[in-house]
Amino acid sequence: MEQKNNTLLIYTLLYFAFLYVPVLFLPLFSFNDGNYMSFPLTGFTTEHYEEMWSKSNLHNALWASIKVGVVASIVSTTIALFAAKAFARYKFRGQNISYGAIMMPFLIPEIILAVSLLIIWLALGFKLGLVPVTLGHILFCTPFAMLILIARIEGFDFSLEEASRDLGENAWGTFFRVSLPLYLPGIIASLLLSFIISFDEFVLAFFLTGSDATLPMYMWAQMRFVQKLPHVLALGAVIIVFTTLIVLLAFWLRNLGQGKKKAEFGINIHE
Amino acid sequence: MNSSFIQINEISKHFGSVRAVDNVSFQIHEGEFFSLLGPSGCGKTTLLRLLAGFEYPTTGNLLLDGIDITSLPPDKRPTNMVFQNYAIFPHINVEKNIQFGLRKLGLSKEQIEKRVKDVLSLVKLEGYEERFSSQLSGGQRQRVALARALVRQPKVLLLDEPLGALDKKLRDEMQLELRSLQKEIGITFVFVTHDQQEAISMSDRVAVMSEGKIQQLSAPNELYKNPQNIFVSDFIGETNFLKASTKTQDGEYINVSIENLGEFKIKNNLNISENSFDVVCSIRPEAMKIDTVKSDWDICLEGKIRQTSYLGEMTKFYVETKELEKIITVSSQHFDNQSFKNNDCFISISLEDISLLDKK
Repeated sequence: MEQKNNTLLIYTLLYFAFLYVPVLFLPLFSFNDGNYMSFPLTGFTTEHYEEMWSKSNLHNALWASIKVGVVASIVSTTIALFAAKAFARYKFRGQNISYGAIMMPFLIPEIILAVSLLIIWLALGFKLGLVPVTLGHILFCTPFAMLILIARIEGFDFSLEEASRDLGENAWGTFFRVSLPLYLPGIIASLLLSFIISFDEFVLAFFLTGSDATLPMYMWAQMRFVQKLPHVLALGAVIIVFTTLIVLLAFWLRNLGQGKKKAEFGINIHE
Repeated sequence: MNSSFIQINEISKHFGSVRAVDNVSFQIHEGEFFSLLGPSGCGKTTLLRLLAGFEYPTTGNLLLDGIDITSLPPDKRPTNMVFQNYAIFPHINVEKNIQFGLRKLGLSKEQIEKRVKDVLSLVKLEGYEERFSSQLSGGQRQRVALARALVRQPKVLLLDEPLGALDKKLRDEMQLELRSLQKEIGITFVFVTHDQQEAISMSDRVAVMSEGKIQQLSAPNELYKNPQNIFVSDFIGETNFLKASTKTQDGEYINVSIENLGEFKIKNNLNISENSFDVVCSIRPEAMKIDTVKSDWDICLEGKIRQTSYLGEMTKFYVETKELEKIITVSSQHFDNQSFKNNDCFISISLEDISLLDKK
């Protein structure tokens, strides 16, 4: 038994090392006083971080990413909320097919999604820019938002909504006074994760941005110049920290109150 | 008192090919404690949900106090419901739960406060205003659900198996309490349950349902003493069925031939005609006498006890007789399983305890 546990421990450690050691090189070299990602380190500097304050291109790209991310996360979470409610609450004809259809962008290679959006967008005679990127991100984020919200809404006691109707509230009143507050942790988790997915997304942005770069596009452009590499590393390190914090927050919110809820309510059985 | 306060007119509810409620018509009186009783899947909950407005009937219409409510949504009906799992809003406290339904009634702040205070004292929950659902016991949640519905002063209170989740002792207590509460406030209660003892002990009238239809609608004692068919007789309490066929009619009596026992004059409680062959006789376990010696009752059978179960206040005997095909069940307060030598016994039946049932 002891032997087996050790093997598993070693496996686990290797697994995490494989996942995270490469990522840790980013912050490491971002503090290195040199242009190349190689050992030995030549000296400690925060110059690459300081540089970020002065780059207006970077600021524009950051602002573009935030705009796209905010709109995409709100729209995809809204769409996903309606869909998740329908899937969790009702049984209807074509349920599996429509579920599959919404999840499809998950499975289609992103580049194909990007190319087809590009073709349609140009064929319709529109200009490339942040609008098509946002639309692409909505499409791409919705399945993620759906997964989070379905997990939250499944097991929801729908007799609470019936109770609200019974107590004189109409459908809107019920939504705002009962459903929304109870779904809220899931909705916030979905907003945060959708935002992060949009914020980090590269392929769709690459095809659809035109001249307004998003942050990943900006980084990609910088990478072509060797002397800009440390700057990209510093930016990458900041993004990793920021992303990790948001994802942790999202998961914490998603699970908030859920263990308690399951113990508290039985499943509502109608004859 | 309005005896057609709720009118259920030819109501059917189909879910796909399933007829959950199948062309049901009856009336509920104003101020009565009315129970819908039946096994799971009999359509009682669907009928209650039709009254609440959570479902709409496939055909038929519903009138409440003379107003057609068939197509009104739940929030427009003067009914309130106590849910099976209570459905207490978990994100707000007891006081807010109870106030929830008062928002749209146009009451002043003082009126709202008074109503909440009154209803809390009615259900004996003073001091629990700040608690959340997770901090309450099953019985307390039930009281909150009751208070939340009653505070709106509905014309009808609908209760969907509200005692099902409670343990036996608490359930017995709540039965008494619900009954006296209903008497006190005088609101019409429509109570759904699968527990026949519960329905019988609490209700003014009971509708026994099976397969979407009303099998019998009568007062509890009638239901027990005078069941109309096999289903009701079997569902309400325990009974023994004896194969029978009708012979000649003689005033309010009918001559019935009971399997291997001969011909007997039995009171025609159902107005069965002499050429109706679809009848059975039913006799309750406690209506028979079991003894070690023969008696001079109308029917006395010699039998052997095959099994006994001791129930505290009485003992149940499962007795095999030469004459009857099935083992019959007899209950007695006076004997236990020690009393009979070699399990030999005599079972005595009085004719007036035999009732005739329609086989359908």
